Amino acid sequence: MYKIAVIGGGVIGGMVARQLTKYEKSVLILEKEGDVAMGQSKANSGIVHGGYDPKPNSLKAILNVKGSKMMENLCKDLKVKYRKNGTMVVGFTEEDVTQLKVLKERGDLNGVEGLEIISGEEARLKEPNLDETVSCALYVPSGAIVCPYELTIHSIGNAMDNGAELKLNFQVDKIENKGKYFLITSSKGDVVEAEYIVNAAGIHSDEIAHLIGDRSFNITGRRGEYFLLDKETGDLVDMTIFRVPTKMGKGVLATKTVDGNILLGPTSEDIEDKENKETSAQGLGLVREREREFFKNIPWDKVITQFTGVRAHGDQGDFIINSPMERFVNAAGIESPGLSSAPAIAEMVVEMLMDMGVNSEARADFDPIKKGGTNFKDLSMEEKNALIQEDDTYGRVICRCEEVTEGEIRRALRENPPARDVDGIKRRTRSGMGRCQGGFCMPNVAEIIADELGISYDEVTKMGGNSKYTFGRIKG
Amino acid sequence: MEKDLVIIGGGPAGMAAAVAARERGLKDILIIERDDRLGGILRQCIHNGFGLHRFKEELTGPEYGERYETMVKDMDIDYMVNTMVIDLSEDKVVTAVNKEKGFFNIRAKSVVLAMGCREKNRGALAIPGERPAGVYSAGTAQKIVNIKGYLAGKEVVILGSGDIGLIMARRMTLEGAKVKAVLEIMEDSGGLTRNIVQCLNDFDIPLKLRHTVKEIHGRERVTGVTTVQVDENFKPVPNTEEYISCDTLMLSVGLIPENELSKKAGIEMNPKTRGPVISDYKETSVRGIFACGNVVKVHELVDFVSQEGEIAGRGAADFVMGNQPSEIKVKGSQNEQKKGVKNLGGIICTICPNGCKIQVAGDGTISGNLCKRGVEYALQEMKEPLRTLTSVVNTEDGLMVPVKTDKPISLKSMKKAMEELNSLTLVLPIRLGDIIIKDIGETGANLVATASLGD
Ligand SMILES: Cc1cc2nc3c(=O)[nH]c(=O)nc-3n(C[C@H](O)[C@H](O)[C@H](O)COP(=O)(O)OP(=O)(O)OC[C@H]3O[C@@H](n4cnc5c(N)ncnc54)[C@H](O)[C@@H]3O)c2cc1C
Ligand SMILES: Cc1cc2nc3c(=O)[nH]c(=O)nc-3n(C[C@H](O)[C@H](O)[C@H](O)COP(=O)(O)OP(=O)(O)OC[C@H]3O[C@@H](n4cnc5c(N)ncnc54)[C@H](O)[C@@H]3O)c2cc1C
Repeated sequence: MYKIAVIGGGVIGGMVARQLTKYEKSVLILEKEGDVAMGQSKANSGIVHGGYDPKPNSLKAILNVKGSKMMENLCKDLKVKYRKNGTMVVGFTEEDVTQLKVLKERGDLNGVEGLEIISGEEARLKEPNLDETVSCALYVPSGAIVCPYELTIHSIGNAMDNGAELKLNFQVDKIENKGKYFLITSSKGDVVEAEYIVNAAGIHSDEIAHLIGDRSFNITGRRGEYFLLDKETGDLVDMTIFRVPTKMGKGVLATKTVDGNILLGPTSEDIEDKENKETSAQGLGLVREREREFFKNIPWDKVITQFTGVRAHGDQGDFIINSPMERFVNAAGIESPGLSSAPAIAEMVVEMLMDMGVNSEARADFDPIKKGGTNFKDLSMEEKNALIQEDDTYGRVICRCEEVTEGEIRRALRENPPARDVDGIKRRTRSGMGRCQGGFCMPNVAEIIADELGISYDEVTKMGGNSKYTFGRIKG
Repeated sequence: MEKDLVIIGGGPAGMAAAVAARERGLKDILIIERDDRLGGILRQCIHNGFGLHRFKEELTGPEYGERYETMVKDMDIDYMVNTMVIDLSEDKVVTAVNKEKGFFNIRAKSVVLAMGCREKNRGALAIPGERPAGVYSAGTAQKIVNIKGYLAGKEVVILGSGDIGLIMARRMTLEGAKVKAVLEIMEDSGGLTRNIVQCLNDFDIPLKLRHTVKEIHGRERVTGVTTVQVDENFKPVPNTEEYISCDTLMLSVGLIPENELSKKAGIEMNPKTRGPVISDYKETSVRGIFACGNVVKVHELVDFVSQEGEIAGRGAADFVMGNQPSEIKVKGSQNEQKKGVKNLGGIICTICPNGCKIQVAGDGTISGNLCKRGVEYALQEMKEPLRTLTSVVNTEDGLMVPVKTDKPISLKSMKKAMEELNSLTLVLPIRLGDIIIKDIGETGANLVATASLGD
């Protein structure tokens, strides 16, 4: 019997679990996929929004502003890449200036600091490649970028370092309220018991709520498609650039990522099948077309990959954070700015649980610092060589594009939460995330995984399930 | 550490540069190679078709590589394997890393860049759809099959009909996979005519010109692709979509010179070839840094890579020793081999690089051949095509030994020969030329090793 089961290994489930372990060891994270950070928390823009956008006094407004202020220190503790690169919302017409003023007013009300409306020239001083038709901008100095999957993985890792447990490939299919506890059954028939449940199941959080008879909200999947450009193109833009929202919606953004790539997108399109993560010719075409408003000379020949994220769009106009039943909390419909709000959402959810009886006395042995996790690249040459002396696998480069060593890959297979497949290695080490997209390193990464896990080469998968790379030995 | 010459990359270009520099009198040479052995991409190109210009005989990739490897060893040229160069400065400080030394710097008086090239991948093509396992660039698949010894796919569609794609079509077929189609967006294949004949036609693999992949399907492993025909402007032709079920999509859509290091050293690049701008002596815009092989531009034939390597190696030696650069003599002709399907019709003689198109008239008269050997070839081709079979054989410790038949065998005997070699497990060491199976498949040919493995 666990004290609390958190359903969903996304950034919300991860942050909630970590926040809980400050007080309570008996925390279980249930995730349906073969790894954590497989949902929205993997494929998004990675922007820590200032908080000028949401309607004042909404949960989105309050939690975004609070969460983004917590983010920098949290990222230090969790060893997550974060950078305050600043955001600009740019406009092209007189009408857009009016819109920017509305945004600024809203931001001021929400408590966002340092907002400023600037001219097109001033904007180009900050971002020289911005198109000359840009005539005005809202400058948001508190805007930042973060690595979203690293944040998710490291928060879950830190929760586990502090006693939490993780069950992968556990798709919650049934929840029975036994009065003092819940009986939770997976699609494969595995069973766990927990006194409390947090529903952080992203696009499926409505289905989890339905399992206990809560039909008060629905979630639709809303797909967003992106292009990722080679680091070589890093000079294109350093800040995060949005367009003034129009009736057509928020439009696309252009941003540097914490790793130095350029990210362009996303589109916004409602889809029926929530698990549909396909990119489409139309969607990608739309991104190309819209990005031209910002920059004339986007080096499209330097695209290294495209991907899709599916937003969990709730029908309540705000985050859905409530308790439909004793000992059960929804953290549902957490769409943008959910990443930015995550630390604050976690605090709120844990306070609600405490009100329902979860221990509120801080544990003395809680360690907020993520174990291991130090970025090899950030070490000095001497430190690197000292490490290689101890463990020579750090002297063997496996990924040529991102210069990832065998040592880092082995570590990702050992540290919490351990990687189990090639994509898991990619999200934890960046091996395969560079310009050749794994063409060079994948055959060797698979070999290291097989060795660490004691499985055969042909059992190694890209992302769990049936995603095997090979079909057995060709001989013998 | 200080060196007269550091060569980055131990493929055919780098090895040829080292040998030439040594022959010119330079002593203090070091080749740095990130793989566990010298040879470069040749190590996984187990097929034959190498060396007709350079050695006047037809070799497999590993055989060609080992010839140079042997020269490097015989000349006592220093080399480090399992060592990756990660930085190069304009004043020729080379930073490398390996398990034994960790990160270390070498001050080089001269440098030869011979890093080869890398494959374009799916991202560069922006093919929409899912992102499952089973989408490989052809060279990656080649490494998995030929070096690691695992089957990369059972039902395969190949996009791109360059030589790597064609070679892999045959390779996968021989290993028991079904290659359902090779798609080419252009109106003709960029591959050698010889490869179209011997890799596709021999095995009845359809080549679909002016076709491309519109969408990739499958959430975990590839389940199929939607193909579409394109017009002269590469725009999809409406209503020509076709779904092909498959578990693997291989991309053979071009190579890009690997110039991360060149850029770090501030070397001027040619935007067209995506390699460094070089002089006649293969010197880059930075004095004392030379470049050769696929890092300069993508070469079709390794023979010309070696030739370029020799010029670069001599150039570097002359630079260090303060010699006047020597005159450049180019051996042999750089005749383009015939490419594409358009050259089909008649029989393309593959005995030498001339690639004569031979016509056999109804009365048996033979024309189009430049030499006598063409007659025999054409007659044999009419009667029963003979081909050298290349494959790999398993060993006890899982390493794969590349092999070939020591003479061409008939197409129809290949299946039996494959069955015979598939069931074999060798014990190392193996020397290049060792007979692995005598009279394989009762063809009269022996199966021989094309590389030395194990001490
Ligand atoms: C395209 C896009 C762009 C975005 N950009 C930003 C941005 O720039 N800034 C920002 O602040 N926010 C952004 N967001 C929002 C942010 O990504 C989300 O708010 C955040 O990731 C939500 O995390 P989550 O944990 O709720 O959901 P998820 O990450 O989706 O996690 C839910 C998890 O639950 C698991 N699960 C589902 N059902 C079950 C079940 N039955 N049993 C067990 N496990 C289950 C899923 O597999 C998944 O891992 C963006 C979102 C998208 C899609
Ligand atoms: C599938 C295929 C089929 C082919 N078929 C034929 C054929 O039939 N006949 C023919 O004549 N030619 C053929 N070729 C072409 C020929 O093999 C190449 O042109 C030739 O190998 C290029 O030689 P290279 O030395 O420039 O590059 P490579 O062979 O690629 O060697 C480059 C070397 O540099 C190393 N390296 C790169 N960066 C670093 C670094 N930073 N630090 C250390 N080491 C580094 C690499 O590991 C590699 O070993 C074929 C090529 C391919 C891929």
